[in-house]
Amino acid sequence: MRTARLSFSLLLAFGLGCKDKPATDAPAGSSAPSANPPAGGGGPSGGTGPAGSAGSEGGAAEGTVRIGAALSLTGPAASYGAQQKQGIDAAVDEINKAGTLPLKLEVVIEDDGSTKEGGINVFQRFINRDKVSAIIGPTLSTTATAADPIAQQAGVPVLAVSNTSPKGITDIGNFIWRDSLTEAQVIPGAFKTAKQKLSLKTAGVLYGNDDVFTKSGYDVMQRTLQDLDVQVTGTQTFAKPDRDFHAQLTALIAGKPGVIVVSALADNAAAIVSQARQLGWTGPILGGNGFNSPAFIKNAGPAADGVLVGTSWNSLGQNPANQKFLATMKARGANPDQFSAQAYSGVYILAEAMRKAGGKGAREDIEKGLAEVKNLDTPLGRFSFTPSRDAQHDPSAQQVHEGKFQILQ
Amino acid sequence: MGQQLVNGVFLGSIYALFAVGYTLVFGVLDILNLAHQAVFMLSAFVALALVGEAHLPLLAAMPIAILFGGVLGLVLERIAFRPLRGRAGSNISGLISSLAMATIFEAIALQLFGPDTSRFPFGVIPEHTLRIGGASVSALQLSIVAAAVFLMAALTLLLSRTRLGRQIRAVAENPKAARVLGVNVDRVIAAAFFLSSALGGAAGVLFGLAFNSISPDVGRSIELKGLAVIILGGMGSIAGAVIAGFALGLIEVFVVSEIGSSYRDAVSFAVLFLVLLVRPLGLFGRAAAREA
Repeated sequence: MRTARLSFSLLLAFGLGCKDKPATDAPAGSSAPSANPPAGGGGPSGGTGPAGSAGSEGGAAEGTVRIGAALSLTGPAASYGAQQKQGIDAAVDEINKAGTLPLKLEVVIEDDGSTKEGGINVFQRFINRDKVSAIIGPTLSTTATAADPIAQQAGVPVLAVSNTSPKGITDIGNFIWRDSLTEAQVIPGAFKTAKQKLSLKTAGVLYGNDDVFTKSGYDVMQRTLQDLDVQVTGTQTFAKPDRDFHAQLTALIAGKPGVIVVSALADNAAAIVSQARQLGWTGPILGGNGFNSPAFIKNAGPAADGVLVGTSWNSLGQNPANQKFLATMKARGANPDQFSAQAYSGVYILAEAMRKAGGKGAREDIEKGLAEVKNLDTPLGRFSFTPSRDAQHDPSAQQVHEGKFQILQ
Repeated sequence: MGQQLVNGVFLGSIYALFAVGYTLVFGVLDILNLAHQAVFMLSAFVALALVGEAHLPLLAAMPIAILFGGVLGLVLERIAFRPLRGRAGSNISGLISSLAMATIFEAIALQLFGPDTSRFPFGVIPEHTLRIGGASVSALQLSIVAAAVFLMAALTLLLSRTRLGRQIRAVAENPKAARVLGVNVDRVIAAAFFLSSALGGAAGVLFGLAFNSISPDVGRSIELKGLAVIILGGMGSIAGAVIAGFALGLIEVFVVSEIGSSYRDAVSFAVLFLVLLVRPLGLFGRAAAREA
C-alpha cells in the first residue's frame, strides 16, 4: 500500500514537473551540465563572476549575493519547510541589518513540493535562471539524492540543512556540504546522555526489520549499546503494517531491562509506546529519529511522557548565538525548533564562508570559504565541518515531559 | 507467561471474529470476498469519525459503525458479486471484482482520512487495568473478547435456530434446490453478505479500539491472517474459524516469546502447512463445509 501510494504521488509529481519544465528552463537545463565538467571549479559561463554583478533578472545590485533555498513548502514535509523558511528569513534579515559582511544577502525561496522532481526543477532554475551563488536545502534526503548532483555538476555549493541520511548526501561530491547531523551522529550522543542520566546497565531492543531507515537506526543503536557496555537483555522485531506489539513488548519486559530501546517510524512508535505503558512498563523508552515528530506526541499522548530521543539542537543552549536566535524568533512571533535552528545556522555558515573568502560571494569563493569554517558559534553550538563536509557539533538528548520535548541537561 | 496467554486470547478473538465473517460468505457462495478487509478498515474509520468528529459516545458509535459495515456488504454484493453470478468462471471473476472494490474502498479512505495513522481521542476509551496473577488485563481487552465471543455465538444461533439461518444453510448446500423449495436465493445471499460484513466491521471497530492506530492500509495484514485462519479451520466452517482464530493468536504470541518475533509468520504458516498435509480440508473441513 505504502509503495503504491508513493509511486502514485511520484507519478503525480512527475506530471506536474513536466508541465512547468518547458516554460522555465528546458533549453538552459539541457546545455549547462555538459558545458561544465565537475572538476572545472567555475560556474556556468556567464553565471560566475561576483554573483549578482551580472544582475541577471532580479536586478540584484552590485555587492549582492543571491542564495537559493529549495524547501518543501507543500507535500508531506511541508511542516519542516515552513520552519526552515522562518529560520532563513530571520538570519538573512539579521545579517543584512548588522552590516558585518561587505555584501548584501538576497535569498530566493522556492518550493520543491517534497518530491525529487520538484527538487530537480528548483535546482535547475536556481543555477541557470537565478544564477545563485549557493543553494540551501533541499528539505528531504531523498530529494537531495536527486537534485544535488545537478549542483555538483554545475559547481554550485549546496548546504543541506536537514538531510540526516548517513550515506548518499555529501558523498555526491565536493560541492555538497551539510550542517545537519546524521542519524549515526545523533543516536550515540543521545544514548551517552541517557546512560549518564539514567545509569543504564541493561536494555531491551525493538526495531522494524522491514524498513531501511529503522533497520539502519537499529544498527547504530546496537553498536552504541555495545560501545557503552550496556547489556542487551532481548531483541524483538516487527514489520511496518503491524499494529499489535503486545507479544514483543511482553517478552522484552520479562527480561527486566533498564530501558526499552525502539527504532521505529512515528506511526508505529506511538502505538509501541502506548502499548508498552498499557502493559505496565513505567521505565524509560529510548527512541531513534523517527520519534522526533509532532505526530508521535499527538498519537501517543500521555504515554509519550518519559520517552527520550536525540536531537541536533539544544533549545536551552546558553551560547550567545543560540540566545540571539531564540530572541530573534520570539520577536518575529515564530516557534523555534530543530529545523529552523539548522536553517538559520546554515545562512550564518554561508556568511562566514564569504567572510573567510575575503568578503567575496561567487560560487568558488563560497566553496573555498566553507572549507575554512571552524568553531563558528551557531544556535547548534560550536560548528565545524568534518573532512567529509558533514556537520560536527555536539548532539543533545530530549525527553518528553507533559506532552512536550524538553532538553535533558 | 500469563501475560502472553492474555495477549494471545485477545489477538485471537479479533482474528476469529474477522475470519467468521470471511468464511460465512465462502460457505454460502464458494467465493473469497477480498474486500472483507476493506470493510473492516472502513468500519473502524466510521467509528472513529463518529466519536472524534460527531462526538457520539462510544457505545452509540459502535452499533452504527457495525451496521455501516453490514450495509457496505449489501453494496458489495450488489455491485461486485450479483452481476457476475451464474456466469461461467464467476468464482474467479468475483474474486477479482472484490479485489477491485477493496482498492476503491481504500482509495476512499485515503481521500477522507489521509494516509497518516489516526486514533480515537484521548479519554474516550476506558483505561482501567486489572491485575490477574501477574498479568495485566485492561477492561477494554475483556470487553473486546466478550463482544467477539458474543457476536460469534449469536451468529451460530442465528444459523442453527432461525428461519433465515436455515435458508442460508439451504443455499449453501445447493442454490438450485433451495430455489425450487421457494427460497429467495438472491435475498438470502444478500443477507449472508450483510451478516458477514457486519461481523467484519465489528472486528474492525474492536481492532481500532484495541490497538488505536487506524490507517487506510490497516486491513492488509489481517487479511492474510484471516485467510490462514479460514483455511486452517476448514473453508466455510464457522466453528473451525473460531478455533483456528484463537489458535493462530496463541501460536503467534508464543512464537514471539519463545523463539523470536522474526520467526512469527514463518512458524504460523508452517503450522498451517503441516495441518493441511495431514488434513487437506482443514481442521473442520469436510463435515462443516456443508453446514454453513
